[in-house]
Amino acid sequence: MDFSFSEEQELLRNSVARFLARNYSFDIFRKNSRSEPGWRRTIWKQFAELGLLGASLPEEFGGLGGGAVETMIVMEAFGRALVVEPYVPTVVIAGGLLREAGSGAQKQKWLPRIASGDTVIAFAFAEPQGRYNLADVTATAKKRGNVYVLNGQKAVVIGAPFADALIVTARTAGERRDTKGTSLFLLDARAKGVFRRDYPTMDGQRASEIGFENVEVPADTVIGTADEGLSLVERVIDEAIAAHCAEALGAMRVMHESTVEYAKTRKQFGVPIGKFQVLQHRMVDMFMQVEQSASMTLMVTLKLGERAEERKKAVSAAKVQIGKAGRFVGQSAVQIHGGIGMTDELALGHYFKRATMLDTLYGNVDHHLARYASLTKKA
Amino acid sequence: MDLTFSPEEEAFRAKVRSFIAEHLPSHLKGRIRRDLGTKEDYLAWHRELYKEGWVAPNWPKQYGGTGWTVTQRYIFNEECARSETPPILPFGVSMVAPVIYTFGSDAQKKKFLPRILSGEDWWCQGYSEPGAGSDLANLKARAVRDGDHYIVNGQKTWTTLAQFADWIFCLVRTDPNVKPQEGITFLLIDMKSPGITVKPIIVLDGVREVNEVFLDDVRVPVENRVGEENQGWTYAKFLLLHERSGIAGVARSKKAIERLREIAAGEQVDGTPLMETDEFARKVAEAEIDLTALEFTELRTLAAEAKGKPPGPESSILKIKGTEIQQRITELTLEAVGYYAYPDAHAFGENEYPVGPENAVGAAGVYFNMRKASIYGGSNEIQRNIIAKAVLGL
Repeated sequence: MDFSFSEEQELLRNSVARFLARNYSFDIFRKNSRSEPGWRRTIWKQFAELGLLGASLPEEFGGLGGGAVETMIVMEAFGRALVVEPYVPTVVIAGGLLREAGSGAQKQKWLPRIASGDTVIAFAFAEPQGRYNLADVTATAKKRGNVYVLNGQKAVVIGAPFADALIVTARTAGERRDTKGTSLFLLDARAKGVFRRDYPTMDGQRASEIGFENVEVPADTVIGTADEGLSLVERVIDEAIAAHCAEALGAMRVMHESTVEYAKTRKQFGVPIGKFQVLQHRMVDMFMQVEQSASMTLMVTLKLGERAEERKKAVSAAKVQIGKAGRFVGQSAVQIHGGIGMTDELALGHYFKRATMLDTLYGNVDHHLARYASLTKKA
Repeated sequence: MDLTFSPEEEAFRAKVRSFIAEHLPSHLKGRIRRDLGTKEDYLAWHRELYKEGWVAPNWPKQYGGTGWTVTQRYIFNEECARSETPPILPFGVSMVAPVIYTFGSDAQKKKFLPRILSGEDWWCQGYSEPGAGSDLANLKARAVRDGDHYIVNGQKTWTTLAQFADWIFCLVRTDPNVKPQEGITFLLIDMKSPGITVKPIIVLDGVREVNEVFLDDVRVPVENRVGEENQGWTYAKFLLLHERSGIAGVARSKKAIERLREIAAGEQVDGTPLMETDEFARKVAEAEIDLTALEFTELRTLAAEAKGKPPGPESSILKIKGTEIQQRITELTLEAVGYYAYPDAHAFGENEYPVGPENAVGAAGVYFNMRKASIYGGSNEIQRNIIAKAVLGL
């Protein structure tokens, strides 16, 4: 057993940390997330130059041939810096779907562009009525000769305002919530009949509601086998969840560190507030939650390659731990800071918001508790 | 002992309900639920109640109170919450007014109380300072006597809605050479005085709810001092007890649970309404049971008050449990709305169609915003200290 990073991984860790410290301060985050367009293509290209966009992609398509550990390293650093650029949708999800199931031509076309930072891809899977059920797909794709015709509505598509291409789940067979009959399509984000409503999210990112009205896409844009999209989606979303666990961990570490630091310097009643036992215990509880989350992030990262049942259990377990911890650490950090923790001016609140929203993404604590429980029941 | 309402009380409820139905403009119903609202939103409703004589149920009748029984006040609060009226903000009616009618001069009572009732004066609270939060007695804003005036210098912070305020009640230091609690004076300061600057503080959900207030050589007539010089701490503590007893927010929390149930009924988990899933139904039940306990704790306090017992340190229970429950409901509401917690409601204009279901709008913002509740009015840690010391004698 060995939990240490390889030399290359250490290098990646140091270089991404150094780069973000220099180029992604809190002030830059805030300015960037509030101005149009809400992200920076220039920094995206710099991510590419640093090798971050290709870190987990195969070498033959311009990547560095890494895997989940590399993604974890990048995402923890991104969590510490509140990065808003759509790394997970583009690299982890689109990259992962293409790597797993893309045709030779699709890989050839898209993966090098992802690694080089020339293409941003958003993943349109959730629907307004579907909550966290990945099979609750009502968008339809009807085959007509050599094309599919897409119709439907997708909700809260993160990163869509910047996307050059979209991966969309749509029903090619079966009924709403059937596990069979969903397919994945990769299409130009500006295709005729794609209508977007863009908006900022609570945690400084951008997202869109997307409507598809008779959008014609060639049959060769299907990723993997038609009608068999669900297990592929589940697998790649599990990888995305692991990545977001690392991101949440990064955010939690910052919240904990800044709270301890604040408690050492903020004086009330003539002493630093960190001298009060009730706050000491709370900060110790935060610390334990952060460490437990670090353990679960590592666990899930290392188990992504296991067979589906094991992988799902690991992912849900990690998501539950990180969701609960994110809430506790965030709430405690704000509470111990007092009024100042409530302000937009302090970075803390933005980490709290990011960690909170990450619980919602791909299913919250309740959803993953239920998934874990049903998996263990079956076993 | 009896839990039922008398026919008279039921008639009173009907009267309040029809008054609200008749006088609450439809655009104000639920207006303050999602975000702050404008000054006019609050004042429009304030004036409606004023015309009816219902602004200040907690005041003695001689100053403009309603003369209602404790039960009537309870019913009135329930009905306002049920219809989601804008709240009557506490700073004038529930905070400074009781200090003025209890400790103020006749001239102060005559000058200020009618204008608080009518809504003519908007008050804000000058207590906290950058170095004096939980340790309020450590405040540094200095007032020095100069003939018929005090000259005030210092900074107040977390001043809620100071941008709307005509007056601020301030704790200032008049004697720096005694125990901190013994050198504090309670002043009423006109916000139009030269030397006052108000700077916004934007909070987590993106709104300007609080402010910094800078006082730079502000001249305050001595006649605007409440009670005795250096006795301000006594009045401040009196006010905090009053603040706490209003802080439980039981009726509003009941309404919030009702709304939570509606939202969760509209969300589907694999074909079952979220509200009908065991996990979620139990969580809502738990919050509601907690709220029921708090409601009866508050009723016990009110009943004691009706028999002439002033609010005591046990009112800290109401603050702690009330805010914990409010926060819990916002947490559950955030969970209920699923992905539609993401859109930032403040990014949309007043007339723009919201993203996602209408009742999901603002759920995340309210959750983040309500983290303030366990911090303000004496943090919940301080409240526990109060109970430990003053109630348990530890």
